[in-house]
Amino acid sequence: MGEMISHLTLGFGVALTLQNIALCFVGCLVGTLIGVLPGVGPIATIAMLLPITFGLDPVGALIMLAGIYYGAQYGGSTTAILVNIPGEATSVVTTLDGHQMAKQGRAGVALGTAALGSFFAGCVATLVIAALGAPLTKLALLFGPAEYFSLMVMGLCFAVVLARGSILKAFCMIMLGLLLSTVGTDLETGQERMTFGFPPLSDGIDFAVLAMGVFGFAEVLRNLESPETRDVVRTKIGRLLPNWEDIKQSINPVLRGTTIGAILGILPGNGAVLGPFASYTVEKKLAKDPSRFGRGAIEGVAGPESANNAGAQTAFIPLLTLGIPPNAVMALMVGAMTIHGIIPGPQVMTKNPELFWGMIASMWIGNLMLLVINLPLVGVWVKLLQVPYRLMFPAILIFCCIGIYSVNNQPVDVAFTALFGLFGYLLIKLGFEPAPMLLGFVLGKLMEEKLRQALIISRGSFYTFIDYQNRPISLGLLIVSIIVLVIALLPAMSKKRDEVFTE
Amino acid sequence: MKKLTLGLAAAFALAFAGTANAQNYPTKPITMIVPFAAGGPTDIIARIVGENMSKTLGQQVVVENVAGAGGTTGIARALTSPPDGYTIAMGHLGTFSAAPATYPGLKYDPINGMQTIGLAGGTPILIVARKNLEAKDLKEFVAYVKANPDKLNEAHAGVGSVSWTTCTLLKGQLGVPKLNAVAYRGTGPALNDLVSGQVDFMCDQIVSVAEQVKADTIKAYAIASPQRSPALPNVPTTKEAGLPEFQIEAWNGIAAPKGTPKEAVDKLVDALNKALNDEGVKKRLLDLGTVMPTAEERTPAGFAAVVKRDADKLSPILAAAPK
Repeated sequence: MGEMISHLTLGFGVALTLQNIALCFVGCLVGTLIGVLPGVGPIATIAMLLPITFGLDPVGALIMLAGIYYGAQYGGSTTAILVNIPGEATSVVTTLDGHQMAKQGRAGVALGTAALGSFFAGCVATLVIAALGAPLTKLALLFGPAEYFSLMVMGLCFAVVLARGSILKAFCMIMLGLLLSTVGTDLETGQERMTFGFPPLSDGIDFAVLAMGVFGFAEVLRNLESPETRDVVRTKIGRLLPNWEDIKQSINPVLRGTTIGAILGILPGNGAVLGPFASYTVEKKLAKDPSRFGRGAIEGVAGPESANNAGAQTAFIPLLTLGIPPNAVMALMVGAMTIHGIIPGPQVMTKNPELFWGMIASMWIGNLMLLVINLPLVGVWVKLLQVPYRLMFPAILIFCCIGIYSVNNQPVDVAFTALFGLFGYLLIKLGFEPAPMLLGFVLGKLMEEKLRQALIISRGSFYTFIDYQNRPISLGLLIVSIIVLVIALLPAMSKKRDEVFTE
Repeated sequence: MKKLTLGLAAAFALAFAGTANAQNYPTKPITMIVPFAAGGPTDIIARIVGENMSKTLGQQVVVENVAGAGGTTGIARALTSPPDGYTIAMGHLGTFSAAPATYPGLKYDPINGMQTIGLAGGTPILIVARKNLEAKDLKEFVAYVKANPDKLNEAHAGVGSVSWTTCTLLKGQLGVPKLNAVAYRGTGPALNDLVSGQVDFMCDQIVSVAEQVKADTIKAYAIASPQRSPALPNVPTTKEAGLPEFQIEAWNGIAAPKGTPKEAVDKLVDALNKALNDEGVKKRLLDLGTVMPTAEERTPAGFAAVVKRDADKLSPILAAAPK
């Protein structure tokens, strides 16, 4: 305990210099902005800003880059709530209830809840990193391919629960998502699959391309055909901040979301994406009246947003304690550290304590700044809804296109987004929901990869997944999946669901 | 309005004069395509070298990441762009020497169809294993591999990656080409499973594994370079450790489209050389474990010879490798 305090004192000493506070602020502000702009993600931004950090000292540079990353997670929820466009896989869930709340004139409440929940989650996650970072590293190492595959299976079972309409349609969309995720070069053999010999498909479909298409473009198309629904969002503004009633409703989801997100964030291979989905599932299952979900339930924003932010912070644990990046953004942080002459490894904590603890302290400061930046901005964002649609739609489309292009610098990606936009419009018309498809898509890639890795290591034996002596975690996760599925598919319950949901 | 038109016309004229007259090269920023995601080893070297080259050239060298298909998408884009010296690429062992044998439908020809500029640096390759693998040194490891080819699991960062290419060479030389290989999406996840002992060994660049070796989370059997690396002075070379034929380095080098004007090539070669002689650049590259290229390798002809040498070494084994 005393050791931790001395470490944190060192950390705050580093983070509270004038220069580092300014850098932290710049990072958080830039992060918020790019999070709000649909399509422009933290990866592209950090890559673009890397050269600017050359002149800074490594700690300052990393504080700023980290700020961009978790700032973007904050900002991403804004676009998801206001215009129904998830900028990141982690904000897909927020569109479900967040945008519904906006349609009911509760956009300010949704944004405020997301900001407060994220702040709380960020603070707790920072403490978790400071206190338990080193021991928690073991968790990352417990997860081999078999455990990871079982975790993904569990995630997929959550997807069924995400559905607002019929389970059959949701199931179809999950399968479609899985199928789309297999497009591209096969990891193990290097053979191209379902690319039709078309080179731009050889690396598969990018998440941003698919999400911008089926959410962003399709949403614009849908709004264009019905002037009355968009007026609803425009005219009703309502309260800007959550009131006591809203906060009381959100406390438990925030606590649960933070715990779930923090644990999943530590796992290698981008476990953080599962956090919001898992949290949403838990909230929907625990709710007294699950039918409210998908129609503007505040728990459906509070829980997943907290999980999202907690995961974004704890994702730094494998990077800082093991030197192994758990996702693409963290891989970029490794690059940034390396360029600054600090090669990440298991010894960063002992060799560069000022960097390690300085970054942790700066995360807490950053979270506070984000709250200070974001709460007053809620009013501004909500006012954005009053921008006439003839101006707003072209702007959304242009930002989406710029964002998509910035991911890989490939014009063909923009064309693909347009195609997926048409496809998404078709889905909306036919009553299929895109969220389960995106979850299937995100999990599909990881799942196939881990399934095949596990089977190659076990020489083709499926027993490896239920080997209770050597892999109890894998077995446990599979059992949970079965329980989730049984609950979702129990005839009595699904009958009740159908009555509530389908017209 | 008239002023604007005039200004535009002047700007166009200038731009045109710039491309037509190679003597004034460079008159606008130069794009250096890195065919991998930002933050990777090639990207880091490109940014360190490119920043210094900007100073010599008097124009910004802008790094553009065009990732995809093991780096061949970005290199193809660079080598098929207009040969005016304003688009160059930082490729590596995989994209220039191994790609023709790995990717049958390759859209460029690194041996006859590109203008080499020079080698930017060599990155040593290490054979590393999980720390509790029975074999204590390289000799024991070689014997163990040969005796138990069906027991071991090799990890690599995907077909076409440096770790795959170099380990395929190793397995080919050891006579166990079919040894179980587990593909990961990048070095990070592969390293994670090596540290946790899910897989047994891998070959990878020193910059990726050095810190893990120093922290004893994995062990290194040998370095596949002629000399030991100052970054890991205790790791023997393959020659010292009894496998002299396994010699391979994951170098990075700059190339331009074929037909790039000689003046532009000369200026780029000069800028690269000056960058590599700069003390600051040198220190940063050495910290990464980079082997500085010889004077010969910094020339177009010398770099072309390196590309050809490694292509000849890798092609037969890669073409025969199970994929």
